[in-house]
Amino acid sequence: MLYARLIIMRLLKAVIVLFLIVIFNFFLIHMAPGDPAVVMAGEAGATDAEFLNQLREQFGLDQPLYVQLWNYVSGIATLDFGYSYRQQTPVFDLIMDRLPATLLLTGTAFVMSLGLGILAGSMAAARAKKLSGSLIMALALVFYATPLFWVALMAVMLFSVQLEWLPAYGYYTVGTDLTGFALVLDIGQHLILPATTLALFSMAVYTRMTRTSMLEASQQDYVKTARAKGLAPGVIQRRHILRNALLPIITLAGLQAGQMVGGAILTETVFAWPGIGRLMFEALMQRDYNLLLGIFFFSAALVIAFNIITDLVYGLVDPRIKESS
Amino acid sequence: MKKTLTLAITIASLAATYAWAEEPRSGGVINTVIQPEPPGIIAGVHQNAPTQTVSGNIYESLLRYDTDLNPMPQLARDWTVSEDGLTYTFYLHEDATWHDGEPFTSADVVFSTDVYLREMNPRTRTILSHVKSIEAPDDHTVVFTLKNAFGPFILAFEAGTMPMMPKHIYENTDFRTNEANNHPIGTGPFKFESWDRGRVIKLVKNEDYYEEGLPYLDGINWHVIPDASSRAVAYENGTIDVLPANSVENFDIPRLSKLDNTCRTEQGQEYFSPFAMLWMNNREGPTADKRFRQAVMYALDREFVRDVLWNGLGKVPLSSFGSNASFQNDSLPPYEHDPERARELLDEMGYEGEEIRLLPIPYGETWVRWAEAVQQNLQEVGINVSTQSTDIGGWNQRLAEWDYDLAFTYLFQYGDPALGISRTYISSNIAKGSPWNNVEGYKNERVDELFDLAATAYPDKKREEYYHEAQEILHDEVPVGWLLELGFPTLYRCDVKNLVTTGIGLNDGFKNAWFDR
Repeated sequence: MLYARLIIMRLLKAVIVLFLIVIFNFFLIHMAPGDPAVVMAGEAGATDAEFLNQLREQFGLDQPLYVQLWNYVSGIATLDFGYSYRQQTPVFDLIMDRLPATLLLTGTAFVMSLGLGILAGSMAAARAKKLSGSLIMALALVFYATPLFWVALMAVMLFSVQLEWLPAYGYYTVGTDLTGFALVLDIGQHLILPATTLALFSMAVYTRMTRTSMLEASQQDYVKTARAKGLAPGVIQRRHILRNALLPIITLAGLQAGQMVGGAILTETVFAWPGIGRLMFEALMQRDYNLLLGIFFFSAALVIAFNIITDLVYGLVDPRIKESS
Repeated sequence: MKKTLTLAITIASLAATYAWAEEPRSGGVINTVIQPEPPGIIAGVHQNAPTQTVSGNIYESLLRYDTDLNPMPQLARDWTVSEDGLTYTFYLHEDATWHDGEPFTSADVVFSTDVYLREMNPRTRTILSHVKSIEAPDDHTVVFTLKNAFGPFILAFEAGTMPMMPKHIYENTDFRTNEANNHPIGTGPFKFESWDRGRVIKLVKNEDYYEEGLPYLDGINWHVIPDASSRAVAYENGTIDVLPANSVENFDIPRLSKLDNTCRTEQGQEYFSPFAMLWMNNREGPTADKRFRQAVMYALDREFVRDVLWNGLGKVPLSSFGSNASFQNDSLPPYEHDPERARELLDEMGYEGEEIRLLPIPYGETWVRWAEAVQQNLQEVGINVSTQSTDIGGWNQRLAEWDYDLAFTYLFQYGDPALGISRTYISSNIAKGSPWNNVEGYKNERVDELFDLAATAYPDKKREEYYHEAQEILHDEVPVGWLLELGFPTLYRCDVKNLVTTGIGLNDGFKNAWFDR
């Protein structure tokens, strides 16, 4: 019962935080030089005052800033995210159109990095004093230190251009009207390179974190007890060490999961993946305020949601936390 | 004897033509890229380059232009211009139809020019300010009567400048928010099929096109690939058949040009003739002094930039008028790379190392490096330059607010000084809020007068005198720096034939293109 009240409190706080974020973002965006009318007129290669005024009036940018803020916030309150100035389409539709591609990419990368990272980390911990353990750590360090875009470009050069195994870019093959399983397979092939690229860095982080955390846990008394009981080393690793080493990894996973909406700008750009990250970047360049604010809102909401979820998972993994709260 | 020879030559050349002329074949979907993804593809609503590239194949104007900018028939099968240059009569194709099946008539022309474009397109609005009346005496004839002679008027009927919009869809609606904007209806050789945002824009062949047998292609896929090196890879691995001008970084061009079955053309830019310039703030600071601006011209090593950054493509401009523009005064002495002369001029004016802010244009790698080259050239002659990087929104804003000392830009010349050149120098075009007018703040009454006279003089011989004099003054006063007439190559598979046949290149190029596969 107490626990339920806690969740309600957290949700209430989340709404307030979200509201503050919306207001903060609104002013932040309006501080950037140039407005959508100037950018659109700039692209046209010709303009006059009349044209700019037409655009500003159409977008509602001719009104005082506080009126614009009020319009925006009252829109958000009714879940109306407004229109994209540039694309003349509701912001909500644009985001929903791009969301599946992004979630597919970041979700795959998330599962991949978490799974493989924990696996590699525990292997490295178990072989801490052996060459194989050092090798895993060296590899993790390389992935950790290499810039994402470089990995992406090199992967394309190797697997797409040289070996011709995988498609170089895009979401599906244009010009073939695939359906059903063939389409899933096609998208899957297109997914491999970007998802792997995106996963490498966080996989390295999980590997390092898991190893350190497990080595620490293996010093604990209950591990000695388990050994003294004569349990098999594998069982000790899984049940006694890994479980107790999971907390910091969950914290990290919670942070990463919160970035799933907007965290893949570079990967999406290099691989022409039609996701939210690219939409956000373009909206920023074009000063498409409504669209940008809408994406900010979604990613902020996701971060907050995953914070709450992480806290709940803590309680599940370690009942002591649940009780002390 | 002479006669026989002529006859022989004629026969020989005819035979050669027959032997070489291949019969175009129909079929095939062409894959190309569009960069950046356009905000919309309605010709009248958006005037940016990617919109025009796609929509130029869906929409048409009355004319199109060859690579020497001579008018060719399009929706108008014929036209006449009166002796005094005041009356333009166009005779329209009688069996042209809109993509929804409605007939295309003179009423559409009157609506598009007199109503739609006057409201929607600032550049066209300026051209149409010379027009007194637009009338349709019958369904297939349109008469433009001008207030005064305006030489370049015949150049205005290009698909991006004067696109024909369907009256039956747009009349009495809000042109910007009309539902039909999601599904363009034009008269062109290709019809809109679908737009998967962030992925691909697909056009399909217009089976009912009024020109017999055209187009040859079954369709066009415009892939959206935001990263320049990914676009290069897409061409390398064969997914893309055509890399339009300015779609890959310049340093990739030599490598890509060497690939098998790859052809390259610099044609197809003649109508636009992009001209890179350096805005110099004529209002305040050292740049307000003519000698400083001349010193900048002497300090710049423009040949180096062309040869190294632009792969030797493009031309170092003589002065304010590009080589593709009519009426260039080529008797002017060129500004050679002469750092010594630049230093003398700076000494003479008493420049004491005041900081000069240089604003690069954020259009990719080549432009970043170019800004570095300019900075280095200027530092060599003792000018204290700091570069101020910004994104495209910031760049627009800074220029529109005149907040710079030196700034990169490039402008289209549109084939005639009155359309693309005078706008940079006449003082009536000084107004805050736009990065495309007389941004440098140059004022010279004689220049104003000369451009005014030249625009409305008739015939061309008279215009030439005025323009030559204006160029002499501009050449001496250097209101802006003339950097380079840009050469943007188009790369394509050699078995794509007839791709670039006009002065606006790919913007209407796919109409005649065919696959020799």
